[in-house]
Amino acid sequence: MFPELIDTRPLRRAVDDGLGWVVTNWGTGFEAAAKPLLLLLNGIEALLLATPWWLIIVILTGIAWLATRRWALPGTVLVALLFLGLMELWEDAMTTTALMIAATLTAIVFSIPVGVWMSRSPRVRQFFTPVLDLMQTLPSFVYLIPTVMIFGPGKIPALIATIVYAAPPLVRLTDLGLRSVDPSVMEASRAFGTNPTQRLFGVQIPLALPTILAGINQTTMMALAMVVIASMIGAGGLGYQVLQGIGRLEVSRGLFAGLGIVVLAIVFDRITQAFGRQLQGRIGITEARP
Amino acid sequence: MTDTANPDLAIAIRGVTKIFGPDPQAALTALRAGKSKAELQTETGHVVGLDNVSLDIAPGQIFVVMGLSGSGKSTLIRHVNRLMEPTAGEIFVHGENVLAMSLEQLRNYRRTRVAMVFQKFGLLPHRSVLDNVAYGLEVRGTKKAEREAEARKWIETVGLAGYESARPRQLSGGQQQRVGLARALALDTDIILMDEAFSALDPLIRSGMQDQLMTLQKTLNKTILFITHDFDEALKIGDHVAVLKDGTVQQQGRPEDIVLNPANEHIEEFVRDVNKARAIRVRTIMETGPAEPCEVAVAADARCEDVLPLFAEHQWVGVLDDAGVQIGRVTAKRVIGALARHDSRDAIVQPARLEAAQ
Repeated sequence: MFPELIDTRPLRRAVDDGLGWVVTNWGTGFEAAAKPLLLLLNGIEALLLATPWWLIIVILTGIAWLATRRWALPGTVLVALLFLGLMELWEDAMTTTALMIAATLTAIVFSIPVGVWMSRSPRVRQFFTPVLDLMQTLPSFVYLIPTVMIFGPGKIPALIATIVYAAPPLVRLTDLGLRSVDPSVMEASRAFGTNPTQRLFGVQIPLALPTILAGINQTTMMALAMVVIASMIGAGGLGYQVLQGIGRLEVSRGLFAGLGIVVLAIVFDRITQAFGRQLQGRIGITEARP
Repeated sequence: MTDTANPDLAIAIRGVTKIFGPDPQAALTALRAGKSKAELQTETGHVVGLDNVSLDIAPGQIFVVMGLSGSGKSTLIRHVNRLMEPTAGEIFVHGENVLAMSLEQLRNYRRTRVAMVFQKFGLLPHRSVLDNVAYGLEVRGTKKAEREAEARKWIETVGLAGYESARPRQLSGGQQQRVGLARALALDTDIILMDEAFSALDPLIRSGMQDQLMTLQKTLNKTILFITHDFDEALKIGDHVAVLKDGTVQQQGRPEDIVLNPANEHIEEFVRDVNKARAIRVRTIMETGPAEPCEVAVAADARCEDVLPLFAEHQWVGVLDDAGVQIGRVTAKRVIGALARHDSRDAIVQPARLEAAQ
């Protein structure tokens, strides 16, 4: 056994007491700060549930067609969505989709600026890289407990946990995409007297867009991977069905809801990927060699 | 130097030294104290890119800096628009100190005074040809309609009319570089920097682009600083050539000066393989003084290769100045003498049969 060199009990007590103090004193402040997130999530959920099922099927199938201009992907999307409807999973699927979309949108708002910042300064990258590693590897229950203590069980901690888990790949890929823009194009842009903002929006972001889109794709996938855990603290949706299936030993309920999550993942993964490919083709990432 | 800020020069490069490494200033002190470049590199890891380079570039000329890879030529051209900062030295453009410019002044200088063409083209792959050519004007803040009209004009000049909405990757290498050239010309700057602009192109296309550049230059009269590793290219397009090796200028002068009087072995090696008939102009080898008018005559800046066919019919070829007055004449002997200046004595063998007959 490793010798007990220091007494960790005061340290643990300090952490626990500190959190308790934060909850009693700043709890309402945090809740107010997270209010926009809740409004966003509720808004998206209400919109998805208020939209007739056939309209959603038409819209998603239409998007899939626009992304590929072929019928293979729209066919898959159509079958997948009909499966959700027929298996009586439609409402839960919409709740889960709302959580996924809200988490992805929030992640985009935070991750892309951080990625831009990281791409410009090695020191900032040195600071954020371990933070991102931590966000991806720390078991989600570890930060779920304090978030639930602060916000109480419900949608907000579920959403925050999902964002924490799903945002890192977008940050990393934004950083990578911006840094791997062809240096000769960047140099040419500099030679024409552009300022950093003109280079960022005129050259770097357009050329890094396919990589950034790959990051968004990863974020949606990871957000869907979190739905079961998120449902434990009150997110509802397909994850909750899985949880109930486990609790009641109803294999069928867990299986169908689980398949529902897979189906949603396939739909969003294929659509975002198809858009990425289309974009890549349209701008031509590498210049043709002479 | 007294002429450090001579406003008559388009570009004046004064003692520019560039050292790459962790502590360039310390390395510079060591270099000035007499340490060799090789020592500096092995002992401290510093690479000397340019060593005390000074060039005078007069307005309206094509000034070619020629050197092999690693000679520092691409580093040198990047100092003119300060894509790189020198470790020591000064750069003046029309008498203005480029290194003293603030960031905002520098951006303005790049937007309005110097345009650049790149070896790897540096086109924006997500923009159409039209938007690429208009890019410099867009950065400058020119209105959309105006900059597009200007861009269309230059696209037509470089012979790409009809490709306005194409993307760069749909074009061949030569076409892409025409876009690069049009993009630089559209800015209407008096200085154009061309960094190995034609090196990535096939020989035939390269030759066509060289001709086009020289034709354009006749009407535009810009100051062009042209970097190349191709000695033939340097002789063909350059009004003035500087040869760079290991970061130092080996020789500079008019192309024929270099061909006729190579300063050292390094340059002689280049000269040996070069087409001298193309490099040497008749004005440098003509006989001057009073002579009766010749039946045929050429301009003073005609090349030897242009004159050679005339000797099939004529013994003398007159040389005229810009006003059409005969200022001298050349003979086949003179031309051959100039072309064959270099050691060919080794090739002489005694005709054995004649010797035996004696």
